[in-house]
Amino acid sequence: MNENDKPNGALVRVDGVDKVFHRGSEDIHVLDNLSLQVADREFLALMGPSGSGKSTLLNLIGGLDRPSKGSVSVGQDRIDQLSDQQLAHWRARHVGFVFQLYNLMPVLNAERNVELPLLLTHLSKSERKKHVATALEVVGLSHRAKHYPRTLSGGEQQRVGIARAIVTDPTLLLCDEPTGDLDRKAGNEILDLLQALNREHGKTIIMVTHDPHASARAQRTVYLNKGQLGSEPEK
Amino acid sequence: MKFFHLIWGNLKRKKLRTLLTMLSVVVAFVLFGFLSSIKQALTGGVQMAGADRLVVRHKISIIQLLPVSYKARMERIPGVVLATHQTWFGGIYQDPKNFFMQCPVVPEEFFAIHPEITLPPEQMKAWLKTRTGAVVGRKTAERFHWKIGDRIPIQSAIYTRAGGNRTWEFDLVGVYDSKEKSADTTPMFFRYDYFDEACATEFGKGSVGWYTIRVKDPARAAETAKLVDQEFENSDAETKTEPEGAFVQAWVSQIGNIELIVAAILGAVFFTILLVTGNTMSQAVRERTGELGVLKAIGFTNSQVVSLILVESCLLSVLGGGFGLGLAWLLISRGDPTGGMLPLFFFPVRDLAIGAGLCLALGLATGIFPALQALRLRVADALRRM
Repeated sequence: MNENDKPNGALVRVDGVDKVFHRGSEDIHVLDNLSLQVADREFLALMGPSGSGKSTLLNLIGGLDRPSKGSVSVGQDRIDQLSDQQLAHWRARHVGFVFQLYNLMPVLNAERNVELPLLLTHLSKSERKKHVATALEVVGLSHRAKHYPRTLSGGEQQRVGIARAIVTDPTLLLCDEPTGDLDRKAGNEILDLLQALNREHGKTIIMVTHDPHASARAQRTVYLNKGQLGSEPEK
Repeated sequence: MKFFHLIWGNLKRKKLRTLLTMLSVVVAFVLFGFLSSIKQALTGGVQMAGADRLVVRHKISIIQLLPVSYKARMERIPGVVLATHQTWFGGIYQDPKNFFMQCPVVPEEFFAIHPEITLPPEQMKAWLKTRTGAVVGRKTAERFHWKIGDRIPIQSAIYTRAGGNRTWEFDLVGVYDSKEKSADTTPMFFRYDYFDEACATEFGKGSVGWYTIRVKDPARAAETAKLVDQEFENSDAETKTEPEGAFVQAWVSQIGNIELIVAAILGAVFFTILLVTGNTMSQAVRERTGELGVLKAIGFTNSQVVSLILVESCLLSVLGGGFGLGLAWLLISRGDPTGGMLPLFFFPVRDLAIGAGLCLALGLATGIFPALQALRLRVADALRRM
């Protein structure tokens, strides 16, 4: 996806999206006719109370789930119309995920964890090694490359998670509560890193968070309540 | 190959569980090796039976003897090329546990009718010159470290010599061998004329245990067998003629249906192993549902995730099975564990290949259900389970 691919300058377009989960005979409407646009190179924070549909929206934008109604486009791709197989390939090329609980493979060391998305490419072993080294350097963790997740602190594990998310150089970074499991200091370091990735490396970032301190780092914050976009709740 | 670290890492995740599962697979394949070898030992003779050979025995039972005079009459029957005879001697060498078969035979006829075993010509000449001469198969010669020129005392449980002596002494004049791995090279053969002359037991004289005849046309063997039995109908010693394979099979069948017994035991063992390994794999995959979700989130396709699980389960069973087959091969190569009861005891290459195939099949069978479980996994659901 390049600059010319953007419809109306927006990288992400969510149009009139409904998401309904079926639990037994009960229908749960999580997103209700929601529309959202995220510009290229934007750092957007997505806030809202628990159950407001933030993570569901993030999953739809990341191609991890499909809307019940409406459309989701990223660049020129209508991702809600892609098959499972096409979505998997699309995610591998265009999206990096950062999770609240880091979600690293405990059986692999830091560099092997970062290498995982590259295994899906045609890069040679030495090329993969170079990319991994660069990603670890960006997150400032080159000296911990051989360490297993259990020997790393929470902040370090999240850095490895971010390195894994950026190693394929995706356009879009989707972060689900990236500082939710970290103390303030480690959280700030992660937010610094995300800001740098946005500003210096031009990554478009959508970050779900409960934390106003984290959302303050974003260029724009949108609030979600009962499946619809709304204004900032009164404090 | 680039996914090997991930697969190997997952196998090492719960080392004790993987080790115990692998050990159970090892035991199953060692058992497979031994049962295959026992089956081979018991049924190998059936495979070696000549298609052009018929065995003629007493109609009532194999332990009833037939007159030696039948030979000439058999050879006059149309379709019969050659007839020769053997008699069960039932001898013991030093100790009852030193079991091997001994039979008095007519040397040239016997080797002519059994081309699968060979005796060097000079040893045959020596045998024909030595009335008390005997030849023995390579395996028995090696087992007791016999060499040509040795005098071998054999104590017969059935036949006595003049003076009531049950110990028969033979001069070893030859060692026969075979290029066929499944040919039995444990029996000892000695001359019938010496046996007949020296035998003081009334029922042994002028009698033989059974005949082996070679027919001109194997396709007409059944017809020839009928003619042989008709020839001796209504005599004191009526005969039952059957293909050599059926005769050997009848011997083996006295123990039971070996194929069925082996198949039943192996079936039970592999069914158990299937459950044990399948349970291990299911548990291993269930435990990392969230991680599978992460793999799918970062772009692994369903088929890649399925392949990772199948390769992991195959690696587990191939490692365990390979080690088991190797161990079985080593143990079985040491030879017959019964001290002579199973002369054809070896691990057939065919069964080794079947074992290798079983390793792979076991891996696929135990991996398929966890793999399908992973296939159906929705990424968003899986990530919630981290």
